[in-house]
Amino acid sequence: MGMTISEKIFARASGSKRVEPGDYVVGKIDLAMIHDLTGPLMLRVLKEVGYDKPWDLEKVVVILDHQVPANSTVTAELHKELRAYAKKHGLKNYHDVGRQGVCHQLLAEKYVKPGMLVVGADSHTCTLGALGAFATGIGSTEMASVFLTGELWFRVPETIKCELKGKLGKGVSAKDVILKIIGTLGVDGALYCAAEFAGEGVRTLSIDGRLTMCNMAIEMGGKTGIINPDKKTLDFTGVKEAPLRSDTDACYNKVLEVELDKLEPQVAEPHSVDNVKPVSEAGNVLADQVFIGSCTNGRLEDLEAAASIIRGRKVNEGTRLIVIPASQSIYLEAEKRGYLRTFIEAGGVVCNPNCGPCLGGHMGILADGETCISTSNRNFVGRMGSADAKVYLASPETAAATAIEGRLADPRKYMRS
Amino acid sequence: MAQQKGKAWLFGDNIDTDVILPGKYLVLTDPKDLAKHALEGLVQGFSTKISKGDIIVAGKNFGCGSSREHAPLALKHAGVGAVVAKSFSRIFFRNAINIGLSVAISKDAREAIKEGESIAIDLEAGFIMKENGKRIAIEGYPEFLLEILKDGGLLQNLKKKFGKETRK
Repeated sequence: MGMTISEKIFARASGSKRVEPGDYVVGKIDLAMIHDLTGPLMLRVLKEVGYDKPWDLEKVVVILDHQVPANSTVTAELHKELRAYAKKHGLKNYHDVGRQGVCHQLLAEKYVKPGMLVVGADSHTCTLGALGAFATGIGSTEMASVFLTGELWFRVPETIKCELKGKLGKGVSAKDVILKIIGTLGVDGALYCAAEFAGEGVRTLSIDGRLTMCNMAIEMGGKTGIINPDKKTLDFTGVKEAPLRSDTDACYNKVLEVELDKLEPQVAEPHSVDNVKPVSEAGNVLADQVFIGSCTNGRLEDLEAAASIIRGRKVNEGTRLIVIPASQSIYLEAEKRGYLRTFIEAGGVVCNPNCGPCLGGHMGILADGETCISTSNRNFVGRMGSADAKVYLASPETAAATAIEGRLADPRKYMRS
Repeated sequence: MAQQKGKAWLFGDNIDTDVILPGKYLVLTDPKDLAKHALEGLVQGFSTKISKGDIIVAGKNFGCGSSREHAPLALKHAGVGAVVAKSFSRIFFRNAINIGLSVAISKDAREAIKEGESIAIDLEAGFIMKENGKRIAIEGYPEFLLEILKDGGLLQNLKKKFGKETRK
């Protein structure tokens, strides 16, 4: 019996020839990341321990990304703490205001390679599985332990395989695929499991699209999303040697097939991520706000798709459009290509790279009774502000069409051939 | 830590971290401040309504969503003695143990226990005792996790390894 890519990574990281789902292993960590909300809590733990030097200065990454630039004196203090910590230890991998991006995007651009075991003090760390790494979120106390020891215990997860068949039609993108999968499996459908996205369909997706898919594995309880590396992965990460991949006779505890050709744009209605239906069946949903951004959909391909729909049109008068690129390099490239100008000319707001309103931090918090169509990843009660607001999750294409019409809209009619 | 006694508070499935501790409070790091907002998304004034040691009894996928340790910290410091659920999101489960909040998985507890009922949990023995003396099974977990809980969390464990005394 062969092994999945996840099992192979745990075998390598724990110095074993073979591991099985259910085994408890201690893995050596290749990369550990904290940010401005979970990092300070970790520092609090280290302070109590009385020792705070990372086990390996090269393997820790500190990123300010949730509320950037600081939106209050409280946030400013958190930033100051992390800045001082990075300075104290001379951390090279420290990303301050203007040199950062949403943590998972920055890790993808600069740090993660196939086969790595990555932990981040953020649940969406699973995003990085798109590059053939095993990447998962942990809490702050556990991260304190990782910072000191460089290792962590894991239960080797079972793997659910999502086999993508065919190719997506115009106006339909990776976000629609992952929403469809979560809608099918449910918010605990992959609890404690690795969700491996496979099949010829996944090969047709860009790295941006793959990151979007793996990003949302946590929304069905997954420990990571993961995709076997191919040429696109090696080109993106600059790796030459053959990476770890799942064996053809690896064991999966469930296989789900998804037909991409037939897929329509999808939406997750409030207040659960598995509350998914086709946009065409969602009825009349007025949008007070549209948010395009986040670690799910703030990448160049997302901004390109949204800009191509919005170009030459205006944002509906009843709707506020907020666009936030996921990193400085995306911000710059989107500026160069004219996407940002398109959003601004249409009557939208473009903010600097950070998490923005996704988790209700700042830059577009919702009032009582308001509705936001968002490209982010969670539509929980109170997620983007008021507990009486509603969040609908959709693709950048759907969000862009919605911004124009002022109500939830199917983007396929805007596709230019 | 291995034994807890308190009044049951019943909740449903998929209680997420945004209702346990809304994102706007993530800038707080003092557990006492976090505690004031525990479960604010579901029960206004939860922290003033519960008695120390009370036990949350919930459905499946408790704590789904964010990796925020602020969520179990808020519950613990609001006075919650333990959380029993049909299943937990994995990050919440790990976080709870690491900060010394008892968590127990039980397939039957949610249906078998009434709101406000006095119950007692024994993690080591692996059961919940109801008011009428009936026992409900809970899943056991590995010895090393029980040890962390008995220590009161991972911090003590780290202190043993990295504290001043050790490094001399």
